[in-house]
Amino acid sequence: MIQLSTPLAETAVRDLKVGNEVAITGTLFTGRDAVHKYLHEGGQLPPEVVLRGGIIYHCGPVIIKDEQGQWKCTAAGPTTSIREEPYQWQIIRDLGLRGIIGKGGMGDKTVAACKEHGCVYLHAVGGAAQVLAECVRSVPNVYFMEKFGAPEAIWEFQVVGFPAIVTIDARGNSLHKEIFAASQAELAKYL
Amino acid sequence: MNALEESLLELIRRTSAEIPDDVHQAILGSLEQEKKGTIAESAMKIIEQNIALAKNKSQPICQDTGSIIFYVDCPLGFDQLAFEQAAREAVKTATKKGFLRQNSVDSLTGKNDGTNLGPGSPTIHFHQHRESDATVRLVLKGGGCENVGAQYSLPNEEINANRDLDGCRKAILDAVLQAQGKGCGPGILGVCIGGDRATGYEFSKRQLLRALDDHNENQELDKLERDVVETANKLGIGPMGFGGRTTLLGTKIGVLNRLPASFFVSVSYMCWAYRRQGVKLASTGAIQEWLY
Repeated sequence: MIQLSTPLAETAVRDLKVGNEVAITGTLFTGRDAVHKYLHEGGQLPPEVVLRGGIIYHCGPVIIKDEQGQWKCTAAGPTTSIREEPYQWQIIRDLGLRGIIGKGGMGDKTVAACKEHGCVYLHAVGGAAQVLAECVRSVPNVYFMEKFGAPEAIWEFQVVGFPAIVTIDARGNSLHKEIFAASQAELAKYL
Repeated sequence: MNALEESLLELIRRTSAEIPDDVHQAILGSLEQEKKGTIAESAMKIIEQNIALAKNKSQPICQDTGSIIFYVDCPLGFDQLAFEQAAREAVKTATKKGFLRQNSVDSLTGKNDGTNLGPGSPTIHFHQHRESDATVRLVLKGGGCENVGAQYSLPNEEINANRDLDGCRKAILDAVLQAQGKGCGPGILGVCIGGDRATGYEFSKRQLLRALDDHNENQELDKLERDVVETANKLGIGPMGFGGRTTLLGTKIGVLNRLPASFFVSVSYMCWAYRRQGVKLASTGAIQEWLY
């Protein structure tokens, strides 16, 4: 298990390889469909949302307010990342992202942007909302709650030991491409 | 809250937080199967931990608490309007309590009013039967797995599928290949052969009410169900598409008549977080018995 802390240094990111298991500690910002489309269309982030050297998490969590009025994350697994494929490369390039957490993998444009700008795709276990919510130690802020609704808002998470697997590295490799090609060849044997 | 609302709230809570036993057994089997020290095994371990945590904390197994689909078998004279009202109240309360995410969005305006109520949410299928009790089954089906569902119109030249059982097999296996890990595998397929575009998908989802360890009464389909699972598990897609030995935990196939001109094969993919529960209700609305 490789320990990663935010902000991520470019060298640490470029050292990672497909198949590496990592544990992330630091700040994650959630962002999914509405946020990606908004940024793609030239929308600006609040100054507190610093993505340079940071990690965006494709996630629409379940968050409740506890008795003290604090946000509490009660479920926080990844959502399917491929929907952000039209936009992600641009956000990597323009906002200096070093990591993306999601599930299901992404396409060629993102793989190319990861290689060019030094970013990795970290696959969390889909559906593991409780194990991952346990790693979210606090939720200091939320942005665009009114504009996008709770699942689509940008939530700021402080995480400790958040587990994920590198499935697209900064060397141009994609586990998703490899597995697709291998499984397609295998299936041909049984048809 | 009346007794029926309370029962439905408990049904929603349990469906969202607890994996049914038949599915849990299959997941434990998959954890055994995966090679030690692989990322597939790591993924299955996290899944297993997650199942235990969700149950203990009474919180959603997955944050995408999905489309809310009720299947109600009811006796003659059952008040369907009262049931609908109670289901809506239970959904609203379950959302406030965090058993369900604020998960229903106006498709035109993009607004999410946070209640999970709106056109099509929840969806309720009523069916009358001659027994005296009402049974209510609930499926919460997440968007990730719904998005990898597929409908094939046969013949299909691209996958060389003709209008026969072998063509159906090719279509189902192509759906597995295309889904890869995107539907949160290891997955479970509900399949309908025949029907029209709407009834085909609807009936494919209904197959997910079957227990994972049951047998299809039709021997040919039983054979096909097993063959699809065995073949899929040779493809090396594995949990989450990380590579590995378990790509599918089960396949259930149903058949509807078709028009001479149409031949649809509809595939609904269910993620490992297979949220499906059911209850038998007393006439008071109280829960008499759990079905899974």
